[in-house]
Amino acid sequence: MSTTPTTAARPASRLGLKERYGMMTRDLGWETTYQSMDDVFPFDQFEGIKIHDWDKWEDPFRLTMEAYWKFQGEKEKKLYAIIDAFQQNNGQFNISDPRYLNTLKLFLTGVSPLEYAAHRGYAMAGRSFRGVGPRVACQMQSIDELRHAQTQFHTISHFNKYFHGLHDPQHMFDRVWYLSVPKSYFEDAMSAGPFEFVTAISFSFEYVLTNLLFMPFMSGAAYNGDMATVTFGFSAQSDESRHMTLGLEIVKFMLEQDPANVPIVQKWVDKWFWRGYRLLTLVSMMMDYMLPKRVMSWSEAWEMYFEKNGGALFEDLSRYGIRMPKYHEVAAKEKSRLSHEAWAVFNGYGHAADFNTWVPKPDEMAWLSEKYPETFDRLYRPRFEWLAEQEKRNGKMWRNPTLPMLCQTCQVPCLFTEPDDPTTICLRETSYHGMKYHFCSDGCKDIFEDEPEKYVQAWLPVHQIYQGNCFPEGADPTAPGFDPLAEVLKYYHMVPGADSGDFNTSPDRMNWERWTGQDLSDPAQPPEPAPKAA
Amino acid sequence: MNAAVERPLQPVFIALQLGDLARSIVEAIVADNPTATVTDYPAMVKIEALGRLVIRRESVEERIGRSWDLQEIHLCLISLSGSIDETDDEFCLHWG
Repeated sequence: MSTTPTTAARPASRLGLKERYGMMTRDLGWETTYQSMDDVFPFDQFEGIKIHDWDKWEDPFRLTMEAYWKFQGEKEKKLYAIIDAFQQNNGQFNISDPRYLNTLKLFLTGVSPLEYAAHRGYAMAGRSFRGVGPRVACQMQSIDELRHAQTQFHTISHFNKYFHGLHDPQHMFDRVWYLSVPKSYFEDAMSAGPFEFVTAISFSFEYVLTNLLFMPFMSGAAYNGDMATVTFGFSAQSDESRHMTLGLEIVKFMLEQDPANVPIVQKWVDKWFWRGYRLLTLVSMMMDYMLPKRVMSWSEAWEMYFEKNGGALFEDLSRYGIRMPKYHEVAAKEKSRLSHEAWAVFNGYGHAADFNTWVPKPDEMAWLSEKYPETFDRLYRPRFEWLAEQEKRNGKMWRNPTLPMLCQTCQVPCLFTEPDDPTTICLRETSYHGMKYHFCSDGCKDIFEDEPEKYVQAWLPVHQIYQGNCFPEGADPTAPGFDPLAEVLKYYHMVPGADSGDFNTSPDRMNWERWTGQDLSDPAQPPEPAPKAA
Repeated sequence: MNAAVERPLQPVFIALQLGDLARSIVEAIVADNPTATVTDYPAMVKIEALGRLVIRRESVEERIGRSWDLQEIHLCLISLSGSIDETDDEFCLHWG
């Protein structure tokens, strides 16, 4: 490698970006001699991916570890200055509406533990690749993800001083029924090989789908007055661009290295698109129902970030023989139905969720009608009006006393409707070794049938509850008056009616009114948002 | 897909966290990229262009009045699409 500077615009003593990157990454690796490379890196071949020249992989950002520490340090300083200012100014009371807090609860219990899982996953993937370029990129990402978990827990811990449902996210993540959706997604990826892991997380989740999570959520946080969350979100997202780039580069690298890699990559793209899309069900209801002030609808976000930007990506990859992910057309058919079907189910099971639930107010239903002219009034408004009527009549929301059937693959309750008939629940089943398994969709059934030995081992929360595995230690199901739901909530570390249950009778709402002097009782007059933070 | 067929240009985009630096970067992008369209969202700005989008170090430096390391873009970057090609002087997003 030449050390002669080539960039005229820079002082003569300084190396250009490409040379710096080359010296500080690739040149740090070596061929092992005491042990064979295959023994040192035993996990980068069994998936069938053929790599002929690892040096062909290059980080297009050309970030060296030295520059990485410098920029990350600066990001942290900015973030913690804002967290301090937020606390000093009682920023928790500047949010638009206390219902907004429930998006934070869903984020903290459902997404932040994924950051920690990603930290572990990239540490493993980085150790597994014999190429230095991807190894350094995975190392940076592993450190990034640990930073994200820490900054999210740290930022949201301030809200935990005032509001419910934020006290034990990691405990809940490992137990609670709907949190098994993100948990199983990541554990599926982490228990695959390193190439599939990176395709799953960096490419399918971060490159193709993560814009749908972070962009509307962070912009939504800003719109709802939560400057602390905007800041940790954008701070994390600035790393995300690097992760997305790693995902795209590693996919292109595999496709360019050997034509035999193409069908393997296509299979992973199909699988992880569908797995990721199902996981985003939770995001769709957050966007359309849980943000009191909405930036855009799920359907609009899907069109912008998947159909348009994702379409451009797959058009570009078509030169390698890669096509759009299987069942993308089903996602398009579901885009005007997903959030409504999901929030209706959470209305039914809100007594066992770690956030408060509510029926949309009349002005919110008007917004939904406007954004979903084909579906909302015809299919969903009657259901929500019925739920509102029940709450008015009984003084509490209607709840479903049974447990839902979960999909064996994605672990979401089987709540979705047939792709071509929004009035029929979509159910699929298959048999394996004499046992019957249930699915929410053809996409999830295909994934199971490709690797049944993996998915028969799924820890399905509903099955586990019925088998008696989700009660606190010492609970006696044979005791007279045994209340299984109450015991399950204890096992989850949830206080019924505070962490879970109706928003309208929640302590969070009562406290909010007491602390801010606002009256939330009149739905025609939502509280004034405070556009104070700047 | 037939490689000989002329494909329509696909959009690339970059999204930045709003702030003084980001405003100058957006101005530089608009000046250097004729197809760039800018959309504002709460706390962020998204710039889209057809086929190719370039950020030139010199254009940003002219606007902020100091020397600027292109990698500082990491401090306000939120998201992007397209393949990246980065040197000391230019940050380019493109397809193909």
